[in-house]
Amino acid sequence: MYVAVKGGEQAIENAHRMLAEARRGDPGVPEVTVAQIEEQLSLAVDRVMTEGSIYDRSLAALAIKQARGDLVEAIFLLRAFRATLPRLGVSRPIDTGLMAVCRRISATFKDLPGGQVLGPTFDYTHRLLDFALDESAGLDPAPVADSDLEPMPPVVDLLDREGLIEPEIPDDDNRRVGDLTREPVMFPADRDVRLQNLARGDEGFLLALGYSTQRGYGRNHPFAAEIRMGEVTVEIEPAELGFAITVAQITVTECQMVNQFRGSTTSPPQFTRGYGLAFGGSERKAMAMALVDRALRARDLGEEPTAPAQDEEFVLSHADNVEASGFVGHLKLPHYVDFQSELVLVRSLREGAIE
Amino acid sequence: MTGYNFAYLDEHTKRMIRRSVLEAVAIPGYQVPFGSREMPLPYGWGTGGIQVTASVIGPDDVLKVIDQGADDTANAVSIRRFFVRTTGVRTTTRTDEATLIQTRHRIPETPLRADQILVLQVPIPEPLRWLEPRETETRVMHALEDYGVMHVRLYEDIARHGKVATAYDYPVIVNDRYLMRPSPIPKFDNPKLDRNPALLLFGAASEKRIYAVPPWTKVRSLDFEDHPFTIERWTERCASCGSGDSFLDEVIVDDKGGRLFVCSDTDYCSRRRTR
Repeated sequence: MYVAVKGGEQAIENAHRMLAEARRGDPGVPEVTVAQIEEQLSLAVDRVMTEGSIYDRSLAALAIKQARGDLVEAIFLLRAFRATLPRLGVSRPIDTGLMAVCRRISATFKDLPGGQVLGPTFDYTHRLLDFALDESAGLDPAPVADSDLEPMPPVVDLLDREGLIEPEIPDDDNRRVGDLTREPVMFPADRDVRLQNLARGDEGFLLALGYSTQRGYGRNHPFAAEIRMGEVTVEIEPAELGFAITVAQITVTECQMVNQFRGSTTSPPQFTRGYGLAFGGSERKAMAMALVDRALRARDLGEEPTAPAQDEEFVLSHADNVEASGFVGHLKLPHYVDFQSELVLVRSLREGAIE
Repeated sequence: MTGYNFAYLDEHTKRMIRRSVLEAVAIPGYQVPFGSREMPLPYGWGTGGIQVTASVIGPDDVLKVIDQGADDTANAVSIRRFFVRTTGVRTTTRTDEATLIQTRHRIPETPLRADQILVLQVPIPEPLRWLEPRETETRVMHALEDYGVMHVRLYEDIARHGKVATAYDYPVIVNDRYLMRPSPIPKFDNPKLDRNPALLLFGAASEKRIYAVPPWTKVRSLDFEDHPFTIERWTERCASCGSGDSFLDEVIVDDKGGRLFVCSDTDYCSRRRTR
């Protein structure tokens, strides 16, 4: 006689204990600390903060440790924590023009005010495994410039002055900025919500979509006008104070793409913009985001949307890796009942077909 | 659980969700967008149902959680533990003892009462989604009550197979107005939706929708006069309790084609056995 499997509770309990053991690995190897992750896996921390939508390095590092280095799982942990936090206010827009720059490059001008600053980049490294890293090697400190960096006006502002690029008119300060974590996304979505969705979106998904636009699926002729990474100030302006106060210094990476646009019957030929912003040094993410942001502006710019990257519903509905991994993963849950219904149906359809 | 509100969600969020529930009750079968929160359980694992349950549960409630009709499947256990940790409410496996039942893929065999709420977990709320992937389109179709494509789809099944080839998540019309997905319950359970005395609430977290079938609401499974709606029937009986009128799960017992059938509703089955 079949007896229904009992003891799910005990099984779950035991699985959690096994997971804790697996997380720790060989107890003979020293345990990794949250501070080590924060300092030495800093780009993993940056990605988890960006897609986890919360700027907190040590929480992100803790999530990475808890998730055994599974970054999507770490992002999920951070998101679930974030959902319980109160929303105390909305910051002033950050001014990346005033950034304390650590890296700044432009692919559109050989030289420009403030110059090109490579910063700590993998670009131009030869991807040869450095076996010396296996041992704790001494550090050869990087040289420091004699003088402070010159001011670095955003490249797009230089184009803007000539009217060569579409103007970007800031929203009215009184307009409420969208927040898809509070209100569901409704289509068509405004650009603020689209950008929020992309900023939280999965880096791999956006990378593939951005890449697809370069290969002809919604081509928009991008140039990386500027990528800058560094520290910016976050300010809030409480209504009762009437002036702004600084609440944080955060590191961000910003990418301003400049895209060709042939003009229309009402506007002369002009460059258009794609924008990407991510926490920390998430440069690949910021670039991919800028490509997809521009692609999603197809309809606003009077272009016929034909490619997946230009399809707002498609992109926004599938960019979130917490939603996606949950729904793909739910196939692991029992489906005995639906499958039984299908079995009954398929058997009856086959009987009908054989008759 | 220290550091968290009763039933995990903060009171503002609960109020927002309850407002959506009220709107859903006011317009039976209509999908109400709501500000779904990220829960500490994954999307697709019942977080829509969990948010609805968390917003309506009170300290005096008696909670039952089932998945596939069973109280002891791992995900049902996990969700029940979540509410025990965050609310401390009493739980039960008995359908007749529960005031609040969260379920995935089944409606209990034991008839529900007017003082009970059934919360169903919904993966994809939009009944027209496989026919039209765009939300902007399907919203217009609902507004215009333009459900012809669904009838055509059912007709094509009949033309090809001689019957409708949908076994679960079988589309229904609620209150003679809205086309609704009943969530992936087997069509066997569809007749239980019709004029059910209990309040039936549906929550979809990743799609951010809530909908409802209020008590005693008319729910009709789509069909044609010459091809009336039918439910699954088994020639076998439950190997455990002998029931001949409950939904049966098939269990493979060996690798030689041996199989037997048992009730998917574990509470119903065990109470029949002890009677």
